[in-house]
Amino acid sequence: MSILDINQPSDKTSVLIIGMGNVLMQDEGIGVRATEELECRYHIPQDVEIMDGGTTGTELFGPMKGRKHLIIADGINASSPPGTLIILKDDQVPAFFQTKISNHQLGVSDLLALLQVSGDQPEHVTIVGMVPHSLENKLGLSQEAEAGLDEMVLMLVRELETLGFEIKKRTEPLIGYWANQAMLEERDECA
Amino acid sequence: MTTRITVDPVTRIEGHLRIDVEVDEGKVVKSWSSGQMWRGIEKILIGRDPREAWTYTQRFCGVCTTVHAITSVRAVENALQLEVPVNAQLVRNIIQTAHAIQDHIVHFYHLSAVDWVDVVSALSADPKAASKLAESLSDWSLNGVHEMKAVQERLKTFVGSGQLGPFASGYWGHPAMKLPPEVNLLAVAHYMQALDVQNYANKIVAVLGGKSPHIQNVAVGGVSNSISHDAPSVLNIERLMLIKGFIDKLEPFIKSAYMTDVPAIGAFYLDWTGYGGGVTNYLSVPDCPQDTKGTKFDLVGGYVDNGDLASYKPISSFNDPYFRKGVAESSKHSWYEGSETLHPFKGETEPQYTDFQDDGKYSWVKAPTFYGKRCEVGPLANVMVSVAAGDERYKKYLDQAVGTIKAVSQNPDIPLAAMNSTIGRHAARAIRCAVMIDTLRDQWQKLVDNIGTGDLDTFNRPEFPKGTIEGVGFHEAPRGTLSHWVVIEDGKIKNYQAVVPSTWNAGPRDEDGQIGPYESSLMDNPVADAEKPLEVLRTVHSFDPCIACAIHMVDTEENEIVTVKAL
Repeated sequence: MSILDINQPSDKTSVLIIGMGNVLMQDEGIGVRATEELECRYHIPQDVEIMDGGTTGTELFGPMKGRKHLIIADGINASSPPGTLIILKDDQVPAFFQTKISNHQLGVSDLLALLQVSGDQPEHVTIVGMVPHSLENKLGLSQEAEAGLDEMVLMLVRELETLGFEIKKRTEPLIGYWANQAMLEERDECA
Repeated sequence: MTTRITVDPVTRIEGHLRIDVEVDEGKVVKSWSSGQMWRGIEKILIGRDPREAWTYTQRFCGVCTTVHAITSVRAVENALQLEVPVNAQLVRNIIQTAHAIQDHIVHFYHLSAVDWVDVVSALSADPKAASKLAESLSDWSLNGVHEMKAVQERLKTFVGSGQLGPFASGYWGHPAMKLPPEVNLLAVAHYMQALDVQNYANKIVAVLGGKSPHIQNVAVGGVSNSISHDAPSVLNIERLMLIKGFIDKLEPFIKSAYMTDVPAIGAFYLDWTGYGGGVTNYLSVPDCPQDTKGTKFDLVGGYVDNGDLASYKPISSFNDPYFRKGVAESSKHSWYEGSETLHPFKGETEPQYTDFQDDGKYSWVKAPTFYGKRCEVGPLANVMVSVAAGDERYKKYLDQAVGTIKAVSQNPDIPLAAMNSTIGRHAARAIRCAVMIDTLRDQWQKLVDNIGTGDLDTFNRPEFPKGTIEGVGFHEAPRGTLSHWVVIEDGKIKNYQAVVPSTWNAGPRDEDGQIGPYESSLMDNPVADAEKPLEVLRTVHSFDPCIACAIHMVDTEENEIVTVKAL
């Protein structure tokens, strides 16, 4: 992690990619791990901002406000088998959860609804998701998630390409913080 | 005849809390608070490098990221007895205070106001009357009729499109909703404004922390921000002025809107100062250290027994044995092995799941005690402890809040004991937020002054000895007293326990069968309709519940996420 990066948040770029999830719970963190890989493997154009959203909520309201495109990488609960990759666009994004009681903490879907009330919603929203396999308290992804990670990153790349960006591979890919920590974990387990 | 009501979950994203109550003749006579999720996340840390623990701990929870980062480095520094440069203390103080402000604003407006404010009723309000009322209460600049009209129009369009979004979870039209339409509209207008205001606090965290939501500038031994008078990529005067600009934007909303809205809405719900009191033992730790050793603090801490301010005992340093020796956790009623009450350094988290047993084990949360007493932590505890210690800032804003309640309710008799209640908890959070914005400005000024003396130090390098060392780090987080307890052997983590605020408040019965703060606060609560237990939610939500383990996934099926069972 670039520990001395204290540049102030840049002015609004047109595209925001948020990786969501908890990296301490295996496949729950797939969204964060996929966006980390995207940054490590490719040169990210100036007009695209990548954000590690973790499991936060309202902190993302400001950053999401007034974007042209919002892309969210996340784990998705669906009846498909673990490791399945799913892409949801605009109207397919389930922005309105059917809950009757729970009103603690606002999720991304609630924030999208509030952006609609305030008139600042992104023009387009895409969710690139994976159905998780295992949610143990560890860093390393399950084999199923690991197998789909490359494709999930490519889906993000293709999404950016359809928006007209030219995405170039880094000649020497970087190693992300959480990918590295997961490797250390695996090494400790083998030792 | 008693009716059993189960609400599961009470919270959605950041954890799974289940509340069971038995209701007899419209009142709660028995209650159980149960964490529904295995929380063994600390086990990941065993064997890791203590210098990196904070990057993990700030992922414990989706709501309180920075607090776990700062508390973790404090625990490791405490184990090493490592001094922290004053600049680093001040930078951390600014980050944590800005975070607290963001958290308090969001808790009231976005997470709990809908328990009291009927959003649908706001549609039938007269915007002129709403504006007139608002302007009679405070000088907040965005109370004009134009603002009220605009927000009502946008809300109409939104609801008209068949959506309720985050408002879908409210009990609109419930008989316990008592605000006039104009007050509801005013609250909705401030709800929308607060979304933008809270973002200024996030920006402060981002400028100093490198990134928000997950800060990157913390280190065992200080912070990684280097300070310079002119270099552009480090902490310089331009960035400090940027932060000051955000402080200037936060202050008017907190002092004119938040500090007015809570007591004004509370005045309409005066009966709720009689419910929700809880254990009334209050624990709060000192914070905003001002020296390198953590012996001088800007904010006081200590313990108040049984609501009696005269019983106040201070906690006065990061090394104070009064805190370190007093904390223990019982797992007699929790789904862990053993029933012995253990000190956190010796804490164990070996799961032993049974079913939900009313008189046996029924929660994944342990039951912490302070010298054998169950304690409430959080803004109410913080305000009671600070007032008991004689802190004039807290007294000033407490008087102001009580004054507004008296004026709006036209009831001259509001005793201090009214704070021990569901509404009192919301009032305490607003009071604390007002103190926090003053503290934030003050800590900012101290940082500027300290840099002005030529002190540019931000980091002392840690060195780990051979053998075993132990340390505790604490922080008065938005939800209350947070402590991390670390045992380090030969430079690697041997044991790590986090005793989080929601563990104090949501814990089940303890070794002696004493009920916890949530459970206690629910006793005697009225419940008008067992199918719609709004009153139960009001009291539990007033604590700002958060079970520290975050699950966050998109649900493509429209599952009913919440079940209410009335048996």
